[in-house]
Amino acid sequence: MKNILKYTFAVLAVGFVSCEPEFDSPVTDDGFYSSGSADFSKYVSVGNSLTAGYADGALYITGQNNSYPNIMAQQFSFVGGGDFTQPLMNDNLGGLLLGGSQIAENRFVLAVGPNGNPGPVRLDGMPTTDVSNKLSGSFNNMGVPGAKSFHLVAPGYGNVAGVPTGAANPYFARFASSESATVIGDAAAQNATFFTLWIGNNDILSYATSGGAGVDQTGNLDPTSYGSNDITDPNVFAAVYSQQVDALTANGAKGVLVNIPEVTSIPYFTTVPTNAIPLDAATAAQLNAQFAAYNNQILPGLVGIGLISAEEAALRMINFSASLNNFPIMTDDDLTDITTVLQGPPFNLPAQLAALLGQLRQVNANDLIVLPASSVLGSTPDPNNPQGVIGVSIPLTDQYVLAASEQARVTAASTAYNATIQALAGAKNLAFVDAKAALSRVANGGIVYDGGLLTSQFVTGGAFSLDGVHPTPRGYAYTANLIIQAINDTYDATIPKVHIGNYGTVTVTNN
Amino acid sequence: MKKVLLLAVFALASAVTYAGGYRVSLQGNKSLAMGHTGVAVINSSESVFFNPAALVYLEDKFSISVGVHGVFSNIAYQDAETGANARTDSPVGTPLYLYASYQANDWLAFGLGVYTPYGSSVEYEEDWAGSHLVNNIDLQAIYIQPTVSFKINDKLSVGGGPIYVTGSVNFNRNLNRTLTDLEGNRANVTVDASGVSNWGWVASAMVNLTEDLHIGATYRSEIILDAEDGDADFENVPNSPLTPFADTTFNASLPLPAEMTVGMSYDFCENWTFAFDFNRTFWDVYESLDLDFANPEIPDSKNARNYKNSSIYRFGMQYEATKMFTLRAGYYFDESPVREGYFAPETPRNDSNNFTAGLTVNLGEHLQIDASFLYSHFKEVDASYNYYFENGVAVPFKGTYKTNAFVPGLGLTYKL
Repeated sequence: MKNILKYTFAVLAVGFVSCEPEFDSPVTDDGFYSSGSADFSKYVSVGNSLTAGYADGALYITGQNNSYPNIMAQQFSFVGGGDFTQPLMNDNLGGLLLGGSQIAENRFVLAVGPNGNPGPVRLDGMPTTDVSNKLSGSFNNMGVPGAKSFHLVAPGYGNVAGVPTGAANPYFARFASSESATVIGDAAAQNATFFTLWIGNNDILSYATSGGAGVDQTGNLDPTSYGSNDITDPNVFAAVYSQQVDALTANGAKGVLVNIPEVTSIPYFTTVPTNAIPLDAATAAQLNAQFAAYNNQILPGLVGIGLISAEEAALRMINFSASLNNFPIMTDDDLTDITTVLQGPPFNLPAQLAALLGQLRQVNANDLIVLPASSVLGSTPDPNNPQGVIGVSIPLTDQYVLAASEQARVTAASTAYNATIQALAGAKNLAFVDAKAALSRVANGGIVYDGGLLTSQFVTGGAFSLDGVHPTPRGYAYTANLIIQAINDTYDATIPKVHIGNYGTVTVTNN
Repeated sequence: MKKVLLLAVFALASAVTYAGGYRVSLQGNKSLAMGHTGVAVINSSESVFFNPAALVYLEDKFSISVGVHGVFSNIAYQDAETGANARTDSPVGTPLYLYASYQANDWLAFGLGVYTPYGSSVEYEEDWAGSHLVNNIDLQAIYIQPTVSFKINDKLSVGGGPIYVTGSVNFNRNLNRTLTDLEGNRANVTVDASGVSNWGWVASAMVNLTEDLHIGATYRSEIILDAEDGDADFENVPNSPLTPFADTTFNASLPLPAEMTVGMSYDFCENWTFAFDFNRTFWDVYESLDLDFANPEIPDSKNARNYKNSSIYRFGMQYEATKMFTLRAGYYFDESPVREGYFAPETPRNDSNNFTAGLTVNLGEHLQIDASFLYSHFKEVDASYNYYFENGVAVPFKGTYKTNAFVPGLGLTYKL
């Protein structure tokens, strides 16, 4: 009996130690996936808001957790990737404080308004992330929201003292190694074995989102003289970009360069239709009567004296119709300013009317109206004057419209930047991601995934967060897959991708 | 004494899925040791479960058996496409049984059984890749069965009785793959219902072809547990009219399917017995697991299961080695009731090969110690559940599963 019991317990013991079922080839085993010719033990990502995980008009913890570098780092863990740290914000509100005063707004959430319609609103609450509280240590994610290409090499970009004047960046101020540090210097100092670099979007984006309010600085090689909404000179871009790639590859690290998407396909520019002014027959006739003199006398007269071209006169014609699809009127600073001319003979218009007509035209199908215009169009800023409707009797200001002429400048600059990026990737044998082509696929038809279609449709398309510019977690997951694909192709690796349907879209909540 | 034991059963009975579906075949240490055969075996009060008609042929005036099994079951999941992987950390299940038989006279015997033939206790890591299907589940059903057994003649007997079932279920899953609150916590729901009861019945017959060759058949009826007004507790739901999930009650039905067993036993040499059982479980009653929430704002949860009837083939041997020791061994092949495309992670069952062994130690005339051991082996399988929908689009959840179970058991039999 003793022996039998002994054997019984021996069998039981064997049973318990071998309890765990083992796969024939577990995904967690070394060698199941391959890092190819790359080494992911130390991954550093460099870039702007897109790299930081910025979304919904703010940077916040869950957004950072869903940044494409963080998603990629989780997948790198299957091929020898090390820890990935990020300069996490203090909360999920997203706003910023500087010495206790709020300097950046909280994130947008999708809230249902009193009318029952959902729309983006800023999340209530006092943010707790004070940029004067410096984080210690270095971080694998060096994405700095707001950074332009040349900012990455600018000493003092993380100097907290420069934040109030705009000379420094509040996000970089939180984790710069010193007041004189550069982003690229801090990144290179980490001696990464692998990097991603995605920079240059802001060199055109702020110009575009401001409706072309800035200046195209092409030809001006001194970025210190640029305004915040200006377009960066492509030669400046090429010089600083090349410098960054050199810094990141100095120790032989491999990496990925990502190009600049066409900003005009993001929901910020595609959500508000160009022709959504509804007019009845009486109103349309009345408006046309008001603009009859402008169309039929002033414009031909100006062409006659050679002040404007016949093309500009045609562009400036105002025509309304009894339909739901009228184009709003706007002020276009690319037009010849005729204000003073109109005040003189033979027109002799009063100053106010002359100012109205000074750079007036109607928006057309080639223009893009920015997302913030949705809360302005059709509104009556003066409650005592119900006739003063923005877009109909009051022109939209230039900041709300990215005119075709302005789009052309954006495209020219980004095309030049992208040529630089692709050429450098080729010259340095780095992986290259055509984010421009990918975003265009999302915008034109969408991407099929295991739960539907990922599109650029605002709120419902799944790819873009509530600021209309930055991706959702799902959009970032899609980006991560694109980059992983490029890595696998270039370095002969087999890093697994993620299911983008496992990543969320916009956050719903009511304040 | 009975009362105390019953309480113990209620307190501890927690079974683990490791047989087809959520059937847990652990209804006696003697029987389990020989492949969980017993429909044609006459040797103990375990017949209350396996074949009530056999009770009347027991030699003892009074017999009582109690026992417990420790269920160590494990599920491993991985998806080579993404690298997602998970392992269950399920609690150790301890299903219990109690059987008593009393020989009233030469042609009449009574019995009482308390046992747990259905159950499931699976616990995945929270928010794992399949958390929109299940995070954890704990399903219990306790059967209480008074039994009567009649001898018609030396060749034939019949038996049966009513069954009272009381059950409970606690189930948690995330609402979908992505919904979170502001802090990124996944929105989830826990449904909980207990004290759900219903009645069923069992009927059986025993034929003694010769002194050494027996044939038996047992039918146990289907019992539907209708949970009414259970608690549905929603957590981490965003504060928005777009996500109208608030705590409410729910109704749901869980079928405990009917089971038919036929088999034979043959005492082929002195001290040797061979037994064969064939089980058929009528799983086709389990079409869908539907949660009907009382709050009309909350969409009902429909989870197609579409099980098919399944069979188990059982083989067992018993050898009375000495007066003191009886040795047993067995094997059974357990067909999964899960159809292709319906492989849900709460019961990720494919066909299994099961190996059993055990022994009885006679401590004097009246007392026996019964021990058994079961190892369930499942082949690694690539499978998917294709009936989860997001906005009307099917989102299959697929991957590779590997499961196993180890079940040691210990029991006592007292007889007069």
